[in-house]
Amino acid sequence: MDLTQVLVLAGFGAFHGLNPAMGWLFAVALGLQERSRRAVLAALPPIVLGHAGSVLVTLALVAAVRTSAPPKPVSYAVAALVCGFGVWKLLRRRHPRWVGMRVTGPQLAGWSFLMATAHGAGLMLLPVTLTGHDRAALALSGQTLAFAGVHTLAMLTVTATLAVVVYEKLGVSVLRRAWFNLDLAWAVALIGAGAFAALT
Amino acid sequence: MLIQPDPTFYPSAREAMRAPREGLAYVALLDTGGEGRPDGLATIDLDPESPGYGTVAGVHDMPVPGDELHHFGWNVCSAALCPYAPHPHVERRYLVVPGLRSSRVYIFDVKDDPARPKLVKTIEPETIFERTGYSRPHTVHCGTDAIYVSALGDVNGDAPGGVFMLDHDTFEPLGQWEADRGPQRLHYDFWWHLGHDTMISSEWGTPNMIEAGPDLGLLVGRKYGHKLHAWDLRKRTHLQEIDLGDQHQMALELRPSHDPTKTYGFVNTVISVEDLSANIFTWYLEDGAWKAKKTITIPAEPADPALLPEPLKQFGAVPPLVSDISLTLDDRILLVSAWGTGELLAFDVSDPLNPRQTGSVRVGGIAGRDAHPGTPGTARNGGPQMVEVSRDGRRAYFTNSLYRSWDDVFYPDGIAGWMAKADIGEDGSLALDPGFLVDFAADGRRPHQVRLQGGDSSSDSFCYP
Repeated sequence: MDLTQVLVLAGFGAFHGLNPAMGWLFAVALGLQERSRRAVLAALPPIVLGHAGSVLVTLALVAAVRTSAPPKPVSYAVAALVCGFGVWKLLRRRHPRWVGMRVTGPQLAGWSFLMATAHGAGLMLLPVTLTGHDRAALALSGQTLAFAGVHTLAMLTVTATLAVVVYEKLGVSVLRRAWFNLDLAWAVALIGAGAFAALT
Repeated sequence: MLIQPDPTFYPSAREAMRAPREGLAYVALLDTGGEGRPDGLATIDLDPESPGYGTVAGVHDMPVPGDELHHFGWNVCSAALCPYAPHPHVERRYLVVPGLRSSRVYIFDVKDDPARPKLVKTIEPETIFERTGYSRPHTVHCGTDAIYVSALGDVNGDAPGGVFMLDHDTFEPLGQWEADRGPQRLHYDFWWHLGHDTMISSEWGTPNMIEAGPDLGLLVGRKYGHKLHAWDLRKRTHLQEIDLGDQHQMALELRPSHDPTKTYGFVNTVISVEDLSANIFTWYLEDGAWKAKKTITIPAEPADPALLPEPLKQFGAVPPLVSDISLTLDDRILLVSAWGTGELLAFDVSDPLNPRQTGSVRVGGIAGRDAHPGTPGTARNGGPQMVEVSRDGRRAYFTNSLYRSWDDVFYPDGIAGWMAKADIGEDGSLALDPGFLVDFAADGRRPHQVRLQGGDSSSDSFCYP
């Protein structure tokens, strides 16, 4: 894993963490409902685990394919998949709808997994992970875990910071101004990542 | 698609109270002439700076007659900010307008010219019947994941009534909401405690029990609805029924606390067969069970039988017939419409189990026929009925028509439509605005549900306290 990869993975982690729909807002809402900061903090591990799980599954599936398929076709397939998903996100703007306000930890993790998967969080990272020529299963496994780890750490940092700052200081009224529509940026990021996979 | 959330969405009811003052009202107009004239959707100018303040800015006629428009609502509202199904960059721009008599649902776009809504889609009755198994759509609420619509009965006008959903992007009916309705048969209103994933529903009667007018046999036999139902909003299953007592006939409007951390709300029962009183019950969650307690009784008022319509002569009294209530966004003041006695009452409900009356004004009434201060000397009929409160909790707008076949029983001389406004004081007192009286006599149709531009006290629900 080189520095560029670390920066890109962490950058996407921060980008995902920033999105209210990826979890920090849910943590704030649960905290407000219980009137306790502890509830905010308790919501973060399931949210981050769900997100990490979704990313890890996506990366691991492609890593598994790489152990037995030649690199070029894999790159093109990933490029097509990621670009296609980006275009689909541009055209079809629906939001996942599941659970409610009374959630258990596992439900929250499941929700986060679903949100990350539906938004293609793992897909966005795929292209930058397709480097290196070592196709041994063990090496790929280690790499995949490291990629997901870097991404998750950055996502956790941003999500936790936002959740606590909004809960403690800003209040949810900040949503009215600061909840920018990230759908377009998200779709563009996917298409860009897909193009990167095709061109490198 | 918006870059920032729709400016009319507020995370909490508290913040919605600081919204700008309403500039327009949308009002359903009911034709009663029966000569093929359609119902209308009127817009009323509410901007005090405008020369047209308190007058009709426009009326959009429905394409066909016979709808009997009832409690319309918005395509989306503040619930779009809820954290588990967020979609804040959609616009509050469509009014979903149900025809209670026809089972037709209209979608109006109010974005380009808010004073002149544009009809963009009609859902025909056959589509509602086929997709949902229900008929007689009545009340529309924007939910976190869809538009929810109550329906009073099945396609034959019998029980069960219930709730169906419309997709909030395409407005296509998505089918019945209930996965398991348990013992619930009768239906009227519904709303929810979003913080507790709980829906509450109420009971009026099936279409066959109400469409010909109030049936005295059913009433005396205590056959109209008198229960509340609590539902799991996620699983769509019936949890519990709360019987308010079968003497309390017709449990109608549901006003849950707007603060999602609170677990109580208010419902009106129209008439007690024991003493003709109307009552308000407070429902609340205690030790994991939903309960209800009678917290306000509005007694019948003695009156000269000569002034009363046939069914009331024998009693020599006017029942208050409370038919609508509205709760300010701070969950502090409850407005109560006594359509029979022609009184609008206000109660401080800060302590929800011990309400305290803070205000009263009178216009119309079965026996009173009180004049409006803007036109002293002109007797008014009908009475305060649909009541809607501004987001800041300082103004209540109300209209005087209930439901055609019921209007005709209690006001047999025919209701002349009007819309009035009461200012609500900091202490919950009420004062009629002498400068605001919209007289629909010239139009000839009768006003019913009121919705305020951008949202009001019964249009939005919130996921944050």
